[in-house]
Amino acid sequence: MTTLLIDFLSWTCLLAGGLFCAIGALGLLRMPDFYTRMHAASVTDTVGAGLILLGLILQAGLTLVAVKLAMIGLLLFFSGPVAGHALVKAAMGRGLAPLLANPDSAGADSRTFSTEQGQALLDEEEAPSKP
Amino acid sequence: MFAAAILALLITVSLLLARAVLGPTVFDRLLATNTIGTCTVLLLAVIGFLTGRPEFLDLALVYGLLNLVGTVAVLKFFHDSKLGERHRKEEAT
Repeated sequence: MTTLLIDFLSWTCLLAGGLFCAIGALGLLRMPDFYTRMHAASVTDTVGAGLILLGLILQAGLTLVAVKLAMIGLLLFFSGPVAGHALVKAAMGRGLAPLLANPDSAGADSRTFSTEQGQALLDEEEAPSKP
Repeated sequence: MFAAAILALLITVSLLLARAVLGPTVFDRLLATNTIGTCTVLLLAVIGFLTGRPEFLDLALVYGLLNLVGTVAVLKFFHDSKLGERHRKEEAT
């Protein structure tokens, strides 16, 4: 009975984790702006990874495998925010402007840059073969 | 059920790959690449359970560490603007 319950919980966690991973990826594909995409990607990094690892830990029971899975979870728990912070800091440093909702930027899309350097980055992206 | 989780993770990776190919700026590509790395760690762990070989978890740990180091290294490269040398030269001339 207990094994059945643990199995049920584990499958639920695995399926929900896979679903949240797919939702995060869908958001990352559909969101209009780099910073909103960042927000969507955090779903995959936190809830998706956490639920899948929790499901695997429930399958493993109290073994060394569960400890390794917990170590992976701890690694993702710390590396996700570090990578996210570094990404946003680098993007802001290069002058990538966030998409704002005020009327002044009504015609602007996600490819708006605040500085000339950022505009140069965009030009470089659009025409990579240009010398 | 492990196969279902693997299928969901593969769908996730394909969507992220589309963003990495489409992404207008280099930061979008890096964000997608970093998330693909996270999904790969999870994929390795689930594959280890599916095939009954827990050694895959060690690979997942190493891959997670490499993913963090790679992302931070590339971002440091961009943050210190070493790639902007060409623009600085253009401004000087």
